[in-house]
Amino acid sequence: MQDIRKALYVGSRSDGKLIQRPMSPHLQIYRSRLSMVLSISNRITGVVATGGAALGVFWLGAAAKGPKSFEVARKVTGNPVGQLMLVGWLASVVYHTVGGIRHLIWDSGYRYDKAEINKDGPVAVGVTAGVSTALAAGLLAVACGRKRARAKVGKAS
Amino acid sequence: MNASVSHIEVMRSQLGRARGLGAGGSGVGHWWAERVSAASLLPLSAWFVVQMFRLSGAEHAQVVKWGSKPVNATMLTALIITTFYHAQMGLQVIVDDYVHGKAHLPTRILVKIGTSLIGLLGVFAVIKLVVAGSSRKS
Repeated sequence: MQDIRKALYVGSRSDGKLIQRPMSPHLQIYRSRLSMVLSISNRITGVVATGGAALGVFWLGAAAKGPKSFEVARKVTGNPVGQLMLVGWLASVVYHTVGGIRHLIWDSGYRYDKAEINKDGPVAVGVTAGVSTALAAGLLAVACGRKRARAKVGKAS
Repeated sequence: MNASVSHIEVMRSQLGRARGLGAGGSGVGHWWAERVSAASLLPLSAWFVVQMFRLSGAEHAQVVKWGSKPVNATMLTALIITTFYHAQMGLQVIVDDYVHGKAHLPTRILVKIGTSLIGLLGVFAVIKLVVAGSSRKS
Protein backbone atom coordinates (compact mmCIF):
# COMPACT_ATOMS: atom_id res chain seq x y z
CA MET A 1 0.00 0.00 0.00
CA GLN A 2 1.73 3.14 -1.25
CA ASP A 3 -0.76 5.74 -0.10
CA ILE A 4 -1.35 5.53 3.62
CA ARG A 5 -4.74 7.23 3.23
CA LYS A 6 -6.00 4.15 1.43
CA ALA A 7 -6.16 2.39 4.81
CA LEU A 8 -9.03 4.69 5.68
CA TYR A 9 -10.92 3.76 2.51
CA VAL A 10 -11.40 0.07 3.28
CA GLY A 11 -15.09 -0.65 3.77
CA SER A 12 -17.31 -3.71 3.82
CA ARG A 13 -19.99 -4.39 1.25
CA SER A 14 -23.51 -5.39 2.36
CA ASP A 15 -22.54 -9.06 1.89
CA GLY A 16 -19.62 -8.60 4.25
CA LYS A 17 -16.84 -8.62 1.65
CA LEU A 18 -14.04 -6.08 2.25
CA ILE A 19 -13.76 -3.57 -0.59
CA GLN A 20 -11.83 -0.42 -1.39
CA ARG A 21 -14.21 2.52 -1.15
CA PRO A 22 -13.70 5.22 -3.77
CA MET A 23 -11.63 8.26 -2.86
CA SER A 24 -13.11 11.67 -3.57
CA PRO A 25 -13.12 12.58 -7.25
CA HIS A 26 -10.02 14.30 -8.56
CA LEU A 27 -8.55 15.78 -11.72
CA GLN A 28 -9.41 12.82 -13.96
CA ILE A 29 -13.06 12.98 -12.85
CA TYR A 30 -13.94 16.65 -13.03
CA ARG A 31 -14.60 18.39 -16.33
CA SER A 32 -11.79 20.82 -17.07
CA ARG A 33 -12.74 24.41 -16.26
CA LEU A 34 -10.90 27.67 -16.89
CA SER A 35 -10.85 28.46 -13.16
CA MET A 36 -8.95 25.21 -12.49
CA VAL A 37 -6.34 26.05 -15.11
CA LEU A 38 -5.97 29.63 -13.85
CA SER A 39 -5.63 28.43 -10.26
CA ILE A 40 -2.75 26.05 -10.91
CA SER A 41 -1.25 28.54 -13.39
CA ASN A 42 -0.82 31.02 -10.54
CA ARG A 43 1.44 28.51 -8.79
CA ILE A 44 3.34 27.50 -11.91
CA THR A 45 3.93 31.12 -12.95
CA GLY A 46 5.06 31.85 -9.38
CA VAL A 47 7.76 29.19 -9.69
CA VAL A 48 8.76 30.39 -13.18
CA ALA A 49 8.86 34.00 -11.94
CA THR A 50 11.19 32.92 -9.11
CA GLY A 51 13.48 31.14 -11.56
CA GLY A 52 13.50 34.22 -13.79
CA ALA A 53 14.24 36.47 -10.82
CA ALA A 54 17.19 34.21 -9.94
CA LEU A 55 18.50 34.59 -13.51
CA GLY A 56 17.91 38.33 -13.20
CA VAL A 57 20.11 38.37 -10.09
CA PHE A 58 22.82 36.53 -12.04
CA TRP A 59 22.53 39.20 -14.73
CA LEU A 60 22.97 41.87 -12.07
CA GLY A 61 25.91 39.94 -10.64
CA ALA A 62 27.50 39.83 -14.09
CA ALA A 63 27.10 43.61 -14.41
CA ALA A 64 28.69 44.03 -10.98
CA LYS A 65 31.58 41.73 -11.82
CA GLY A 66 32.71 43.70 -14.84
CA PRO A 67 32.37 44.40 -18.57
CA LYS A 68 33.63 40.94 -19.59
CA SER A 69 31.04 39.02 -17.55
CA PHE A 70 28.37 41.46 -18.67
CA GLU A 71 29.23 40.74 -22.32
CA VAL A 72 28.62 37.03 -21.63
CA ALA A 73 25.28 37.86 -20.00
CA ARG A 74 24.36 40.01 -23.00
CA LYS A 75 25.12 37.13 -25.32
CA VAL A 76 22.60 35.07 -23.36
CA THR A 77 19.90 37.76 -23.30
CA GLY A 78 20.47 38.58 -26.98
CA ASN A 79 20.25 34.94 -28.06
CA PRO A 80 16.87 33.75 -29.46
CA VAL A 81 16.62 31.10 -26.71
CA GLY A 82 17.45 33.73 -24.11
CA GLN A 83 14.86 36.09 -25.58
CA LEU A 84 12.24 33.34 -25.45
CA MET A 85 13.11 32.78 -21.79
CA LEU A 86 12.84 36.52 -21.12
CA VAL A 87 9.39 36.63 -22.74
CA GLY A 88 8.35 33.58 -20.70
CA TRP A 89 9.56 35.23 -17.52
CA LEU A 90 7.78 38.47 -18.41
CA ALA A 91 4.49 36.71 -19.17
CA SER A 92 4.79 34.65 -15.97
CA VAL A 93 5.39 37.73 -13.83
CA VAL A 94 2.46 39.53 -15.50
CA TYR A 95 0.08 36.60 -14.99
CA HIS A 96 1.27 36.01 -11.42
CA THR A 97 0.66 39.70 -10.72
CA VAL A 98 -2.84 39.57 -12.24
CA GLY A 99 -3.61 36.35 -10.35
CA GLY A 100 -2.14 37.83 -7.18
CA ILE A 101 -4.33 40.94 -7.45
CA ARG A 102 -7.36 38.65 -7.88
CA HIS A 103 -6.30 36.76 -4.74
CA LEU A 104 -6.00 40.03 -2.80
CA ILE A 105 -9.50 41.02 -4.02
CA TRP A 106 -10.88 37.63 -2.96
CA ASP A 107 -9.15 37.92 0.41
CA SER A 108 -10.88 41.27 0.93
CA GLY A 109 -14.20 39.53 0.39
CA TYR A 110 -15.09 40.61 -3.15
CA ARG A 111 -15.69 38.86 -6.51
CA TYR A 112 -15.63 35.43 -4.87
CA ASP A 113 -19.03 34.16 -6.09
CA LYS A 114 -18.96 31.37 -8.63
CA ALA A 115 -20.54 33.56 -11.32
CA GLU A 116 -18.10 36.42 -10.65
CA ILE A 117 -15.04 34.14 -10.70
CA ASN A 118 -16.15 32.62 -14.00
CA LYS A 119 -16.72 36.11 -15.43
CA ASP A 120 -13.32 37.46 -14.28
CA GLY A 121 -11.29 34.48 -15.53
CA PRO A 122 -11.31 35.39 -19.24
CA VAL A 123 -10.64 39.03 -18.31
CA ALA A 124 -7.50 37.94 -16.42
CA VAL A 125 -6.35 35.96 -19.47
CA GLY A 126 -7.00 38.93 -21.77
CA VAL A 127 -5.20 41.42 -19.51
CA THR A 128 -2.22 39.07 -19.18
CA ALA A 129 -1.96 38.55 -22.95
CA GLY A 130 -2.36 42.26 -23.71
CA VAL A 131 0.06 43.60 -21.09
CA SER A 132 2.68 40.91 -21.83
CA THR A 133 2.57 41.53 -25.58
CA ALA A 134 2.71 45.31 -25.17
CA LEU A 135 5.66 45.14 -22.74
CA ALA A 136 7.59 42.59 -24.80
CA ALA A 137 7.08 44.58 -28.02
CA GLY A 138 7.97 47.86 -26.31
CA LEU A 139 11.14 46.50 -24.70
CA LEU A 140 12.24 44.87 -27.95
CA ALA A 141 11.68 48.13 -29.82
CA VAL A 142 13.74 50.08 -27.27
CA ALA A 143 16.57 47.52 -27.41
CA CYS A 144 16.62 47.62 -31.23
CA GLY A 145 16.59 51.41 -31.17
CA ARG A 146 19.62 51.50 -28.84
CA LYS A 147 21.43 48.98 -31.03
CA ARG A 148 20.81 51.05 -34.15
CA ALA A 149 21.89 54.28 -32.42
CA ARG A 150 25.12 52.59 -31.31
CA ALA A 151 25.82 51.34 -34.85
CA LYS A 152 25.37 54.89 -36.17
CA VAL A 153 27.79 56.32 -33.60
CA GLY A 154 30.25 53.54 -34.38
CA LYS A 155 30.14 54.38 -38.11
CA ALA A 156 30.50 58.13 -37.53
CA SER A 157 33.55 57.87 -35.32
CA MET B 1 -25.78 36.43 9.81
CA ASN B 2 -28.76 35.35 11.85
CA ALA B 3 -28.22 35.81 15.58
CA SER B 4 -30.67 33.06 16.45
CA VAL B 5 -28.60 30.37 14.73
CA SER B 6 -27.46 28.04 17.47
CA HIS B 7 -25.50 25.37 15.60
CA ILE B 8 -21.76 25.64 15.01
CA GLU B 9 -21.11 26.84 11.47
CA VAL B 10 -17.35 26.54 11.49
CA MET B 11 -15.40 23.29 11.84
CA ARG B 12 -13.27 24.67 14.63
CA SER B 13 -13.58 24.77 18.41
CA GLN B 14 -15.09 27.89 19.94
CA LEU B 15 -11.89 28.46 21.96
CA GLY B 16 -9.82 28.21 18.80
CA ARG B 17 -12.10 30.76 17.11
CA ALA B 18 -11.82 33.12 20.06
CA ARG B 19 -8.04 32.95 19.98
CA GLY B 20 -8.02 33.43 16.24
CA LEU B 21 -5.59 30.58 15.76
CA GLY B 22 -5.43 27.90 13.09
CA ALA B 23 -4.07 24.41 13.58
CA GLY B 24 -0.37 25.21 13.98
CA GLY B 25 -0.65 28.68 15.45
CA SER B 26 1.78 30.16 12.93
CA GLY B 27 -0.40 29.83 9.81
CA VAL B 28 -2.05 33.24 10.15
CA GLY B 29 1.35 34.95 10.35
CA HIS B 30 2.53 33.15 7.20
CA TRP B 31 -0.68 34.01 5.38
CA TRP B 32 -0.32 37.71 6.25
CA ALA B 33 3.40 37.82 5.40
CA GLU B 34 2.63 36.37 1.96
CA ARG B 35 -0.11 38.96 1.30
CA VAL B 36 1.81 41.96 2.63
CA SER B 37 4.92 41.04 0.61
CA ALA B 38 2.70 40.53 -2.46
CA ALA B 39 1.12 43.97 -2.04
CA SER B 40 4.58 45.56 -1.54
CA LEU B 41 5.79 43.92 -4.74
CA LEU B 42 3.12 45.71 -6.81
CA PRO B 43 4.71 49.22 -6.66
CA LEU B 44 8.25 47.79 -6.62
CA SER B 45 7.59 45.73 -9.77
CA ALA B 46 5.91 48.70 -11.45
CA TRP B 47 9.09 50.69 -10.78
CA PHE B 48 11.22 47.88 -12.22
CA VAL B 49 9.10 47.67 -15.38
CA VAL B 50 9.83 51.37 -16.00
CA GLN B 51 13.54 50.74 -15.35
CA MET B 52 13.57 47.82 -17.81
CA PHE B 53 12.86 50.32 -20.59
CA ARG B 54 15.97 52.23 -19.51
CA LEU B 55 18.07 49.06 -19.35
CA SER B 56 16.84 47.23 -22.44
CA GLY B 57 19.84 46.84 -24.75
CA ALA B 58 21.98 49.06 -22.51
CA GLU B 59 25.77 48.81 -22.34
CA HIS B 60 27.78 47.89 -19.25
CA ALA B 61 28.73 51.46 -18.40
CA GLN B 62 25.08 52.54 -18.57
CA VAL B 63 23.99 49.71 -16.26
CA VAL B 64 26.71 50.57 -13.73
CA LYS B 65 25.77 54.23 -13.83
CA TRP B 66 22.09 53.31 -13.37
CA GLY B 67 22.74 50.88 -10.50
CA SER B 68 25.02 53.24 -8.59
CA LYS B 69 22.36 55.95 -8.18
CA PRO B 70 21.16 55.90 -4.55
CA VAL B 71 17.42 55.82 -5.36
CA ASN B 72 17.87 53.02 -7.90
CA ALA B 73 20.09 51.03 -5.53
CA THR B 74 17.54 51.42 -2.73
CA MET B 75 14.55 50.41 -4.87
CA LEU B 76 16.50 47.52 -6.41
CA THR B 77 17.56 46.18 -3.00
CA ALA B 78 13.99 46.48 -1.69
CA LEU B 79 12.71 44.69 -4.80
CA ILE B 80 15.26 41.87 -4.49
CA ILE B 81 14.65 41.29 -0.76
CA THR B 82 10.85 41.41 -1.10
CA THR B 83 10.89 39.18 -4.19
CA PHE B 84 12.92 36.40 -2.61
CA TYR B 85 11.09 36.70 0.70
CA HIS B 86 7.78 36.30 -1.13
CA ALA B 87 9.21 33.48 -3.28
CA GLN B 88 10.37 31.67 -0.15
CA MET B 89 6.84 31.86 1.35
CA GLY B 90 5.19 30.74 -1.88
CA LEU B 91 7.60 27.87 -2.56
CA GLN B 92 7.21 26.74 1.06
CA VAL B 93 3.44 26.39 0.54
CA ILE B 94 4.03 24.42 -2.66
CA VAL B 95 6.53 22.12 -0.91
CA ASP B 96 4.10 21.66 2.00
CA ASP B 97 1.37 20.67 -0.48
CA TYR B 98 3.24 18.32 -2.79
CA VAL B 99 6.31 16.93 -1.01
CA HIS B 100 5.44 14.33 1.59
CA GLY B 101 7.28 12.05 3.99
CA LYS B 102 11.02 12.07 4.54
CA ALA B 103 11.75 14.42 1.65
CA HIS B 104 9.60 17.20 3.09
CA LEU B 105 11.97 18.71 5.66
CA PRO B 106 15.15 18.63 3.51
CA THR B 107 13.25 20.15 0.57
CA ARG B 108 11.92 22.93 2.76
CA ILE B 109 15.38 23.70 4.13
CA LEU B 110 16.85 23.67 0.60
CA VAL B 111 14.18 26.13 -0.59
CA LYS B 112 14.99 28.42 2.32
CA ILE B 113 18.77 28.26 1.71
CA GLY B 114 18.41 28.65 -2.07
CA THR B 115 16.11 31.68 -2.02
CA SER B 116 18.15 33.33 0.77
CA LEU B 117 21.48 32.85 -1.02
CA ILE B 118 20.24 34.15 -4.37
CA GLY B 119 18.65 37.13 -2.62
CA LEU B 120 21.93 37.85 -0.82
CA LEU B 121 23.82 37.60 -4.12
CA GLY B 122 21.48 40.21 -5.55
CA VAL B 123 22.02 42.54 -2.60
CA PHE B 124 25.81 42.26 -2.84
CA ALA B 125 25.67 42.81 -6.60
CA VAL B 126 23.87 46.11 -5.94
CA ILE B 127 26.50 47.08 -3.33
CA LYS B 128 29.26 46.30 -5.83
CA LEU B 129 27.53 48.40 -8.50
CA VAL B 130 27.27 51.35 -6.09
CA VAL B 131 30.96 51.08 -5.23
CA ALA B 132 31.99 50.67 -8.88
CA GLY B 133 29.88 53.65 -9.93
CA SER B 134 31.21 55.98 -7.24
CA SER B 135 34.86 55.04 -7.83
CA ARG B 136 34.42 55.70 -11.55
CA LYS B 137 33.24 59.26 -10.94
CA SER B 138 36.23 60.32 -8.80
